[in-house]
Amino acid sequence: MSEGSSKKDMEESTEAGELTNLLQREFPNAVTGFHSHRGDETVVIERDAFESVCSFLRDDSRCSFEIMMDLTAVDRLEMEVTPRFEMVYHFKSLTHARRLRLKVHLAEDDCKIASIHHLWKAVDWYERECYDMFGIQFEGHPDLRRILMYEEFEGHPLRKDYPIDKQQPLLELKEVEERHTYGRDS
Amino acid sequence: MTEMNTLESPIKGIKSGEDYSASVMSIEIGPAHPAMHGIVRFTTHLDGEVIVGMDPEIGYLHRGFEKESENSKWIQVIPYTDRLNYVSPLLNNIGYSMAVEKLYGIEAPRRAEFTRVIMGEISRITDHLTCLGAVAMEIGAFTFFLWFIKAREYLWELVEEMSGARLTTNWTRFGGNANDLPDGFLNDLSDRLAKLKDVMSECDKLLTRNKIFIDRVKGVGSFSKEDALSFGFTGPLLRACGIPYDVRRADPYSVYDELDFEIPVGSVGDCFDRFLVRMEEIRQSIHIIEQAADKMPEGPFMTDERMLHYPDKKDVYGNIEGLIDHFKLVMEGHQPPAGEIYMPIEGGNGELGFYLVSDGGGDPVRVRLRPPCFNLVSAMPAMTIGHYVADIVPIFGSVNMIGGEMDR
Repeated sequence: MSEGSSKKDMEESTEAGELTNLLQREFPNAVTGFHSHRGDETVVIERDAFESVCSFLRDDSRCSFEIMMDLTAVDRLEMEVTPRFEMVYHFKSLTHARRLRLKVHLAEDDCKIASIHHLWKAVDWYERECYDMFGIQFEGHPDLRRILMYEEFEGHPLRKDYPIDKQQPLLELKEVEERHTYGRDS
Repeated sequence: MTEMNTLESPIKGIKSGEDYSASVMSIEIGPAHPAMHGIVRFTTHLDGEVIVGMDPEIGYLHRGFEKESENSKWIQVIPYTDRLNYVSPLLNNIGYSMAVEKLYGIEAPRRAEFTRVIMGEISRITDHLTCLGAVAMEIGAFTFFLWFIKAREYLWELVEEMSGARLTTNWTRFGGNANDLPDGFLNDLSDRLAKLKDVMSECDKLLTRNKIFIDRVKGVGSFSKEDALSFGFTGPLLRACGIPYDVRRADPYSVYDELDFEIPVGSVGDCFDRFLVRMEEIRQSIHIIEQAADKMPEGPFMTDERMLHYPDKKDVYGNIEGLIDHFKLVMEGHQPPAGEIYMPIEGGNGELGFYLVSDGGGDPVRVRLRPPCFNLVSAMPAMTIGHYVADIVPIFGSVNMIGGEMDR
């Protein structure tokens, strides 16, 4: 695309949306950036305020985001931007018929963020997937184990420094007894 | 050893938090089990015939869709999307292409959008037919399954006529579709829809008031609105709980705001409600297709914007602009402007969302799919605990898990 159109995109993203203003008022120190590229309202917040912002988004009547739509991360290694990881949360409110994207930046050597599994039940598996794929540690998650890959898998496949053609050794068959001992005396 | 998911059980005599170790038996259902629709494993903990704990294990069909996509050009992702929800591949094609179009900030021509609506609704019908047919077969109504598969075949022949393939369609492009309506397509379409309507009314008589069927599905897998929202349900399962959320109506995309259709909702969210919602959605989809076919405008099926579509061969060989555009599109690929977007569409199972990040180059930085049945399967313990082990079959059938989409 030409220079002109990317300039236009920059202009488009300077207007603060309604929710951005609300969050800026409620959490004056937490909001570090915002844009609404192509109409997707996006707010970047500090990690420390993340959990309280999420409960606010769910419980406050001006927000009432009932559905936690999606949770993922972006590895920005090849974009040469620091900090390396960006957590991306999508919320949907049925009451007010709107969406919000919340982003939190995480440094490579400290990729931890508070778990919000107690706010939406969908988060449980999403956080497991994000841990599996990116190695993000969700503090307070009750059962943070791999979900799509197997337990013995080494590394986190969606990180940009994980080679796409890397192969890992085949596993030995597991003993059946290890898996369940319910109802047995052993 | 994995932790048991436990919930308060509605069956008399079982309370959560009790020590079951003396009486509880564990049974593995799947990964290779005929009722497991593809491959997923449920470790169920049973007290007698009642489920007291369940741990779903997914990922058996993980093929690294997101990783492969991020190592491809933007246009090379479209064939991968065929393999996500392989019962309604066109909806995935449409979702991804519309997401990239949103990244570009363009819209496809109106004729392309109307064609997409027709093909998307055909795919939604095939998705629902497969789901309902499979549920019915697994609980004994084999005739229903055969009739629905017959009806699905009528529609897949249309898909084949349009895209050249029944399942691996690879049909949409950025800013349009791979081809226009083939000759006589609209006639074939109305012919097939009439046949489909016959099958629907026959099957309606066969099953909707069938006592054996109702006994197996009514009151099974009920789910409250609050839980459904918290688990991130979308699509027919959320609507069966009584919440009229449909992306086609809530965030209208394409030309759905010009078309008239109803959103069916259930009341208690059990398997019977899900059955009725899906049956009604098939009828509504037929209604949408008929309107779109009537309103089909004339015009191009592909945008003429430069650097979006491959130039015609006469331009490639005839003038320098065409040659250079062709060279750059092949060598460097499409280059959407830098930015990030989330584009939801209504898939067969619910909200199918693509989150794309571009840095302005030819390779996607991030291609993320929000798979609707991921959330649905994550709620399997909550839906099944307290029910009998035989109820797993209708509950899991009505969830309509598609491994290719969930595991990616």
